[in-house]
Amino acid sequence: MAKLLGIDVGSTTVKVCVLSEDGKTEYTSYVRHFSRVKECVLSELEKVAPFGEEFRLAVTGSAGLGLAQRASLPFVQEVQAAFIAIKKLHPDVDVAVELGGEDAKIIFVTGGAEQRMNGSCAGGTGAFIDQMATLLDVSVEEMDRLSETAERVYPIASRCGVFAKSDIQPLLNQGAKKSDIAASIFRAVVDQTVSGLAQGRKIKGKVLFLGGPLYFLKGLRRAFREVLSLDGERAVFPDNAPSFMSIGAAMSAIGSHEMTFDEIVSRIRSMKDEGNVAVGKPLFSSREEYDAFIDRHKRSDLEFENIYTYEGDAYLGVDSGSTTTKLMLITPENKILYSHYQTNNGQPLEIVANRLREIYYLTGGRVAIRGACVTGYGEDMIKAALKFDFGIVETMAHFKAALHFNPDVDFIIDIGGQDIKCFKVKGRAIDSIMLNEACSSGCGSFIQTFAKAMGMEIEEFSRLGLFAKRPVELGSRCTVFMNSSVKQAQKEGASVEDISAGLSASIVKNAIYKVIRARTPEELGKHIVVQGGTFLNDAVLRSFELETGREVVRPAIAGLMGAFGAALYAKEAAGGLISTVLADAELERFRYSSSSVTCRGCTSRCSVNVLTFSDGRKFISGNKCERGAGLKAVDRPLDLYAYKYRRLTELPVPMSEKRVRVGFPLQLVMYEQLPLWTTFFEKCGFEVVLSEKSSRELYFRGQHTVASDTACYPAKLMHGHIESLLDKGVDFIFYPCESYNLDEHDSVNHYNCPVVAYYPELLKANNERLGPENFIMPYLDPNDEKSTVRALRRSLAKYKLSAQLIRSAFRAGLARMEEFHREIAAEGKRMLAQAEKEGKHVVVLAGRPYHVDPEINHGINKLLTSLGLCVLSEDAVFEEGSLVKVNVLNQWTYHARLYRAAEYCTRHENVDLVQLVSFGCGIDAITTDEVRAILERSSKLYTQIKIDEINNLGVVKIRLRSMLAAIEEQKRRREEDEA
Amino acid sequence: MKRKNEAPVADFTEPYAVFTPEMKNTHTVLVPDMLPWHFDLLTHILRGEGYRVEVLHNEGRAVIDEGLKHVHNDACYPALCVIGQFLDALKSGKYDPDRTAVLITQTGGGCRASNYLPLIRKALRAEFPQVPVLSLNFSGLEKGNGLQLGVGLVRKFAYAIFYSDLIMSCFNQVRPYEVNAGDCEAAREKLNALLRKAFDEGRFSRFKEYVKCVLDEFAAIHVRDEGKIKVGIVGEIYVKYSPLGNSHLEEFLLSEGCEPVVPALMDFILYCVVNNLNDAKLYRKRNRSTPLFFIAYIWLRRKQKTLIRLMKESKFEPQHDFGHLRKCADAVINQGVKMGEGWLIPAEMAALAETGTANIVCAQPFGCLPNHIAGKGAVRAIKKMYPEVNVVPVDYDPSATRVNQENRIKLMLATAREMDSQIFSDEKIS
Repeated sequence: MAKLLGIDVGSTTVKVCVLSEDGKTEYTSYVRHFSRVKECVLSELEKVAPFGEEFRLAVTGSAGLGLAQRASLPFVQEVQAAFIAIKKLHPDVDVAVELGGEDAKIIFVTGGAEQRMNGSCAGGTGAFIDQMATLLDVSVEEMDRLSETAERVYPIASRCGVFAKSDIQPLLNQGAKKSDIAASIFRAVVDQTVSGLAQGRKIKGKVLFLGGPLYFLKGLRRAFREVLSLDGERAVFPDNAPSFMSIGAAMSAIGSHEMTFDEIVSRIRSMKDEGNVAVGKPLFSSREEYDAFIDRHKRSDLEFENIYTYEGDAYLGVDSGSTTTKLMLITPENKILYSHYQTNNGQPLEIVANRLREIYYLTGGRVAIRGACVTGYGEDMIKAALKFDFGIVETMAHFKAALHFNPDVDFIIDIGGQDIKCFKVKGRAIDSIMLNEACSSGCGSFIQTFAKAMGMEIEEFSRLGLFAKRPVELGSRCTVFMNSSVKQAQKEGASVEDISAGLSASIVKNAIYKVIRARTPEELGKHIVVQGGTFLNDAVLRSFELETGREVVRPAIAGLMGAFGAALYAKEAAGGLISTVLADAELERFRYSSSSVTCRGCTSRCSVNVLTFSDGRKFISGNKCERGAGLKAVDRPLDLYAYKYRRLTELPVPMSEKRVRVGFPLQLVMYEQLPLWTTFFEKCGFEVVLSEKSSRELYFRGQHTVASDTACYPAKLMHGHIESLLDKGVDFIFYPCESYNLDEHDSVNHYNCPVVAYYPELLKANNERLGPENFIMPYLDPNDEKSTVRALRRSLAKYKLSAQLIRSAFRAGLARMEEFHREIAAEGKRMLAQAEKEGKHVVVLAGRPYHVDPEINHGINKLLTSLGLCVLSEDAVFEEGSLVKVNVLNQWTYHARLYRAAEYCTRHENVDLVQLVSFGCGIDAITTDEVRAILERSSKLYTQIKIDEINNLGVVKIRLRSMLAAIEEQKRRREEDEA
Repeated sequence: MKRKNEAPVADFTEPYAVFTPEMKNTHTVLVPDMLPWHFDLLTHILRGEGYRVEVLHNEGRAVIDEGLKHVHNDACYPALCVIGQFLDALKSGKYDPDRTAVLITQTGGGCRASNYLPLIRKALRAEFPQVPVLSLNFSGLEKGNGLQLGVGLVRKFAYAIFYSDLIMSCFNQVRPYEVNAGDCEAAREKLNALLRKAFDEGRFSRFKEYVKCVLDEFAAIHVRDEGKIKVGIVGEIYVKYSPLGNSHLEEFLLSEGCEPVVPALMDFILYCVVNNLNDAKLYRKRNRSTPLFFIAYIWLRRKQKTLIRLMKESKFEPQHDFGHLRKCADAVINQGVKMGEGWLIPAEMAALAETGTANIVCAQPFGCLPNHIAGKGAVRAIKKMYPEVNVVPVDYDPSATRVNQENRIKLMLATAREMDSQIFSDEKIS
């Protein structure tokens, strides 16, 4: 009888094994295939030749599917392969967790067999870990070692790599320890597995851990053991974990036909490409075309000045970006004396200090720095540490630089490592700004990570793409999706060249159609300047020109534009004096140390990072408000969000005597109707208990009951609120289902969104602790008293309330809600008047009622007040707005308020609108464009902020500061026009 | 207590092309490829009414790219497919934009789907502002741009949907087992031609006669006697039926050696009708059309019962009985969940499980709001009641690859086969 052969071709690796006739493992191997699936499988098979001339075999794995089909070899689905091997080798296991390159799976063996795979939007896989290691600039093995010495764990979003990045980047920039971050990354992977995969089913009993990452990474194993609280015996890490699936495949081959080794090899060798992949046009049709392209772009260059001989003034600009640091020193004639571009390696401050030392050394006292300006993520830290004169928001820096290269510029697009920024320019001022949202940030660092995954440097990788013959068409959305598109292309035999060119094209399409949301290339403008490190990649530049059909300007210093702009700003703003930036001697003595502490300034308990400098000064970051930075809070900030939140939480009256306790989860619809239902239940003789304040911890407490991980964060938080109320031991939780919200007579219909309307159904179905006794969820339409009274009476039948009592309590509740609303509107008016008196600008932070929750808005209201603004909510002003006729079907109560609030802003010069959008809110896909249209018709800026569980105000701050700068600019222009 | 809002009105609407009655004679009306089983007859009826209707079948990357260009990132996939298809067709040069209109359905419910029409209008404004959008709805939306629906036409539609549902069911029950490849396809063609003629000649209401005709035609096809795994398809209405939306799911299941079980479109129609009645019951939301919906409900139910009886008699697995679906729903979720496909999804899952189709693909557009609750959210409750149920939720999205979708379905099938073999081996032992 022939031996058994198993081949597992995953997204990144090939695993081959040989079993003896009676199922004993004789040989296993595990290698990365770097997308060269066919070659790799063939070379691995050669090593198997000595084991026999005939085999029974089966192929498995995500990339194995295509291989098996095209070579006509037997295939077995990978989870099934695992299942077979588990039953044979580990019959006592209850659950198996398998993490692969791009897949994550859970197999529940006992208690109802069930098998789950990660959805199309899910991180927490090997590729995610690789990506994070790249970000930390360490190898995966080093990251694992680092995690051993971790002292604390930061919360990191785990759903997708892009989100995690936006959590990690600020931590790195603030000087958090790499070891702590490494441990946090592993923790995030575990959280993702527990919430995203298990989705409400508990992982318990004896757990088997499979796949490469779990075999090689001790830190990951530790994190799993800790989170699932598994002792040594109940967590099984088999030695054959990496090749487990191939063993399962081999076992499944027992009943199949024997095949000679030569036959197997020749079938694989002769298999043809499927050619199913969509293919685009080559970037260049000829060498001449390429040369002309290169020549044209050489024209946009700056001159150099010799730093070894130059004597005179100079200006320093620094762009401390999310992944790279850029420096530039220029002469008053805008010639380059010195420039530098470097990856942060998580130490931006160190880099700037060292380069400054180098500048002092090279110039040998011949140059006087008259001004120094810093921009970018690290602005505050660098400015404080090295005493720069100026800090400007990066959009302003890029704009200044672009103006230098083309005074007629009307459109600037900057694609950096992690951001895409675009601005339209009108009359030499920024007119509108578009930044990428967390989900669409398939930017420069993405190509870099990809190049590394293919075992190449980024330069080499992108050069390959330039002359690709058949660039593959990949998606244009999130990087996770692109990963699987690439997987598909590889499966179908696309070359590395074609993939490289395809990736460049997707980045460009992502920017044009998703970030800018242009419908046609003409919308972009006539004079386009492109910049940012990613555009130094000629393949990306060419793709952009092909896609837009325009010849654009790419300065040779495309990657340094932020620094150049900052230097230009320093030159304009410097008063002729010497810069305050640390001088040579001071810099020699400059040292700093970093530590992280928990701020006790308020109840938020933010974790903040403290940098202590050698001269005793301190710099604090990571704080959400001024208190954390050791400053006094703004005296009585004009902040309606804070006011409303406080007033809401004060509503329930504490009771002295013992009563039946009804619990309200303070989330979603309760943020609107809390006054109604507290009054109702108090009038009916109950004691009202609110759930705890929202927090990340509360979210984690309910995470195991979340059924759909792509729902919005407010909805997912709801699960924590329910747990909180259950833990408080309330007699029952009241949470009504409402298809219809209150009719405010300003829209075609007055629906709630499906999530707000029916979330109780999902809670009931997915939380085992809820039952008809302790969870009361009547279907109500608050507009109709009669049916509401009926429904309430029925659902509260146990408490034998009379219809009269219910009716009068309901009426009192409605009146209380009306009164509460009037109070908010009145307070809004008071703040508005106060703002006018103080000359403060006003921002209507427009979202949904539940956006006042500090865990949902992440303190954006506080950020705005700290920037000197007055913050109002949409429900305080919409009644002052006209009724609006819009292009879309206006049929949701909360959304109708948005349109009216926007209309209100168009009639008030000192009021602007910032729209808060929760990630995953499908309905805002419709409202945002409409709100934008309303504002832009009156030349108001439209600013949208997308929020999720990520707690990173860095990007938000850039956006808001850019908006303020643009508003200032507009105001200045208006005044000029009037004069 | 209806009160009128006295605030002044600001108009932010942009002008759009209106479908005037004369356009019926001059314009070609493009219809997106939503319901391949049903559109053959439905569009034929519209042609009989004088509309020059054409169903689009364009597919591929160009369609998706047009959609991506013109639709917001977070809008749902069906909107993207529909709009992509329209724009790709208009750009193909096959149609004169000055003499073309497009048609879309609206349910008027609380999810995003009713906003497809404004989204289409917005997309057209950028490149083909002269193309009007025609709405097919029963909620009184888009007066002046709506398809004019008389009782006669609605009745024809109802018959056509019954017949098409029946052809779909029979086809799916026979096709996996047919001995001579192509027999089922030929039967489908033949029956559609026969029914088209019936509508032309006004004989379409001879219900029993035509139902029997369909049943006999399929019963006569020579089949192999073998067991195949049955896989039910439930979910959001567009990706449930449209091959463009679900990457040819039915064909894929056939190629995997399964029997696809696709619930009837009439159940969705009845679901929409009954939601109006439920609203009246729950919230006293009654209006002039409530009694009409009631009459329609009674009439459709009667027809459905006849159909089911005839299917049973000729040994076909009958379609779900809507009354039974409502009972199935009540055990899992309240019938108040009426946005999108709402309570119908868990109801169909339960009904499929009861009739021996425990393997189910729940097809949904990525990030579909009602599906959070009624799709993914209800799976646990369903599994509790029917432990053998094996559901895989599949997200459809412009960038989700077929490989990913198919791999997940294959996983579900692997479990299905595992269970199947367990049942067989258990039988052997006993």
